Amino acid sequence: MERKKSPWHFFSSGYLILVLAFIYLPILYVMVFSFNDSKSMISFAGFSTRWYEEMFENREMLESIWYTVLVALIATGVSTVVGTVAAIGLSKARPLVRSIALEVNNLPVLNPDIVTAISLMLLFLSVKVQRSIVTLTLAHITFCIPYVILSVMPKLRQLDDNVAEAALDLGANPWQALLKVIIPQIYPAILSGALIAFSMSFDDFVISFFTAGVDVQNISMYVYSMKRFNPSVNALSTLIVVAVTLILVLANLIPALKERKNKKEEF
Amino acid sequence: MKSFVRMSYPYLVWIALFIVAPMFMILLYALTRSGNGTITFKFTLENFSRFFSDPTFLRVLWTSLRIAFLTTVFCILIGYPAALFIANLPEKRQTLMTLLLTLPMWINMLLKTYAWRGILMNFDLESEIKVFIGMVYDFLPYMILQIHTAIAKLDRNLLVASYDLGANKWKTFLKVTLPLSVPGIISGITLVFLPAVSSFVIPKLLGGGNYVLIGNLIETYFLVAGDWNFGSAISLIMALIIILSMYLTRKMDRSTEEA
Repeated sequence: MERKKSPWHFFSSGYLILVLAFIYLPILYVMVFSFNDSKSMISFAGFSTRWYEEMFENREMLESIWYTVLVALIATGVSTVVGTVAAIGLSKARPLVRSIALEVNNLPVLNPDIVTAISLMLLFLSVKVQRSIVTLTLAHITFCIPYVILSVMPKLRQLDDNVAEAALDLGANPWQALLKVIIPQIYPAILSGALIAFSMSFDDFVISFFTAGVDVQNISMYVYSMKRFNPSVNALSTLIVVAVTLILVLANLIPALKERKNKKEEF
Repeated sequence: MKSFVRMSYPYLVWIALFIVAPMFMILLYALTRSGNGTITFKFTLENFSRFFSDPTFLRVLWTSLRIAFLTTVFCILIGYPAALFIANLPEKRQTLMTLLLTLPMWINMLLKTYAWRGILMNFDLESEIKVFIGMVYDFLPYMILQIHTAIAKLDRNLLVASYDLGANKWKTFLKVTLPLSVPGIISGITLVFLPAVSSFVIPKLLGGGNYVLIGNLIETYFLVAGDWNFGSAISLIMALIIILSMYLTRKMDRSTEEA
């Protein structure tokens, strides 16, 4: 059956192109103006890389990038381990304990960020802990764990309980059973949980803003507190967009390539 | 299996300390006044009556609800046709489109909002319009993806049956596709309206200093005025409004399912 290119077809493609243009407009805009030779965000004065050079000379900005990456790596590492182990434990717990724990687990996901943020700030203030990179990291771990659990839990439900039981019967201790039997079966879910946790931590502003104190700031806080418009931010955004695109393309390509390889081996 | 259960204990301690206890702190601060001793609390509803008796605060609440509502409506109006058109594409293009819509969601929201500040500098617009554009921009992909998921799940045979029974394209859309995609719209609303009500970055960066939403109010009372009791009360009021609206949308979802 030949599909006719009706006016309706043109309309729907045109509409989707407009929506994509809207969504990509600011991203392309900063990419173009990151190479602008003047400070203007209105007229393009010619090609230059001066904002990239300035970015690498801007101590405050570089520091904020470093803190962002450091906190995101620690938060991802801790929350992935704690979240995965907790999910496995909860999946074997009594239904009542499990459902209460999962309800609480959902709170940071459902609550507005600002509520989570001030609740943690009040906690740190009332036990008189100075807000610093430590409280910032604790806060990040706290809001990252739920995403790991939400990602791992559905996969665990599909597992056959008997396999872990068999491992225990054959003399494995629980940690061995965990590492050798359960985790290999669910690692794609763990990886995607870790990826979500990393991006949540990397992009967070609100919770960091209330829990970090004065001497530490991440990228979002740096951009928020900037007094004047600084085109180096365009350079930074461009680098982040390129990095995110590469990571996402790789994350989508690797499973596809693996699948192709597996299929080849089958033949 | 007991030994596995034990593995979740550290996590249970963690959520008790860092999720449950902090939530109680908000409640405690909202229901007391400052200058309390650590052991003796005098409970009071003063913070709440202060909020509801001052027209300034009520106006801020009204502005937040209005802009969140408008943002949600426009996300549905722009997003629904987009989701429908995507669902009609061949499968490979659908995957590409969802990937293209997901990609910007992974990019720091502050940087995107900052980019809009650069773009909107070129135009002479009211702050409310700028904030509105920023919000629709930020939340539109979530709405499209939610509705698209609902439409893509729809059984194609239902559409064929509808055509066979003599309904035209338009009638099939109104009687089959639209009602069956309501769950997608509902989950889209929760992903748009709730964060929009509490948003405080977009109004601050795009609206300039004079556009205040309830999130900005909470920020001011916590970080500038240092009045944590009143700040906690405001966030509790906001949380209650959000819970209520979530309950109402869920109820709406159920009643459409029954219909």
